[in-house]
Amino acid sequence: MGATSLLILTLAAIVFSAGGILVSKIFVKGSQNAQKGQAYECGVPTVGKTWLQLNVGYYLFALIFLIFDVELVFLYPWATVVKEIGWMAFLDIIIFFFILFLGFLYAHKKGALKWM
Amino acid sequence: MISLEGLTTLLQTWLQNTLGEPWAFAAESVLVGIAAITLFAFLGLALVYMERKVAALMQIRLGPNRVGPKGIFQTSADTLELVMKEGLTADGADKFLFNLAPFMVMIAAMLVLAPIAFARNFQIWDLSIGVLYVAAVSSVAVIGILMAGWSSNNKYSLLGAMRSAAQIVSYELSAGLSILAIVILTGSLRISDIINSQADGWWIIKGHLPVLIAFIVFLIAVTAETNRAPFDLAEAESELTAGFHTEYSGMKFALFFLAEYVNIFIVCAIGATLFLGGWMPFHIGGWDSFNHVMDFIPSSLWFFGKTMFLIFLIMWFRWTFPRLRVDQLLNLEWKYLLPISMVNLLLVTFMAIMGWHL
Repeated sequence: MGATSLLILTLAAIVFSAGGILVSKIFVKGSQNAQKGQAYECGVPTVGKTWLQLNVGYYLFALIFLIFDVELVFLYPWATVVKEIGWMAFLDIIIFFFILFLGFLYAHKKGALKWM
Repeated sequence: MISLEGLTTLLQTWLQNTLGEPWAFAAESVLVGIAAITLFAFLGLALVYMERKVAALMQIRLGPNRVGPKGIFQTSADTLELVMKEGLTADGADKFLFNLAPFMVMIAAMLVLAPIAFARNFQIWDLSIGVLYVAAVSSVAVIGILMAGWSSNNKYSLLGAMRSAAQIVSYELSAGLSILAIVILTGSLRISDIINSQADGWWIIKGHLPVLIAFIVFLIAVTAETNRAPFDLAEAESELTAGFHTEYSGMKFALFFLAEYVNIFIVCAIGATLFLGGWMPFHIGGWDSFNHVMDFIPSSLWFFGKTMFLIFLIMWFRWTFPRLRVDQLLNLEWKYLLPISMVNLLLVTFMAIMGWHL
């Protein structure tokens, strides 16, 4: 069907989701009271700000992920031509992985892969 | 005999003959949209029912058995109940992002359907970078999850979303590397090329040990990517209530729930396509009469059979392995799966160049 299918699928998802929400909006008659809008915290009133500081570990993992993900994108075109190029491609990927491995080792040494 | 692939060509020629070129295309578009929505609704109902029945099977109990024969209408009744619930929005929530998040997750799940081949010649769009497309689009769901967690104004949601994001992006790497193993052997990113390359045997059989390792890594990685137990830290009920969708209720919650199950189907369909031949019947190279007999089983049956088997496997995991801790989860990925899949990629490359897979 070509690229139009993406548009159609996106529209289908929007129609499906919006339709569901709309139907429930039509049928449901809600009531209002003060407790309803409170955050779910097992019945206890929320204490402090919600948007607080998070463990820096998440960001470190995200950074390392970014490096490896870009590497993965480089590998896709390489993977399609490996069989045609042969041993040269094998040598290339060993060098590529070696450099990547050094970076991985550095991150490991610096403790970026340790939780907490 | 009417099969899925015959039906589409029949429909296409009929539409083109009666309506003419531009209108036939419009009608086809509408049909594709309707089919996708129907598939979504059906998958949601069927997989939730299957999950509960499999859970019951594992724990030697009956599972849902009240609504309809063997309880098959249980999930429909549940859906009806969810539609009838009021959709709450917390006071401090970021209204716009809060309402946008379910749409993001649903669109991401729906878009991945495009390159999946459900049967012979039954594919919405056979694009030349099919596998890369699947890997790219399926990770868009992370944005929806982060959006939901951040906008909810709830600490449980935020923590669940952060965990979920860390987990999904981590395991995406080893899933991507194990997909690459098949790309190397096939030399193409097009889904139909990958399936056709398995006409003389599925990759898991003719790919020897490296493909088997890639398959196992892929299975573990997608279990984590879909936030399934034993990797369901993002919604560990005992510590985070429900993770990133704690504040969601009614239909918006149902959409997250549905997207989760559709995602399981999608990753299993991709796994079945890459490693188990997709719609390709069980063929053994050289055994022509045997292959011919296998061709009598419709290709859609092969595809759904394999996919359902993988889904069953993932549901089985849930009742077999206890939940991991966050540090264990990240250690498993970064210190075991990632190095293993990188070394395995070298093995596959070596095998492909030596030509042992033929």
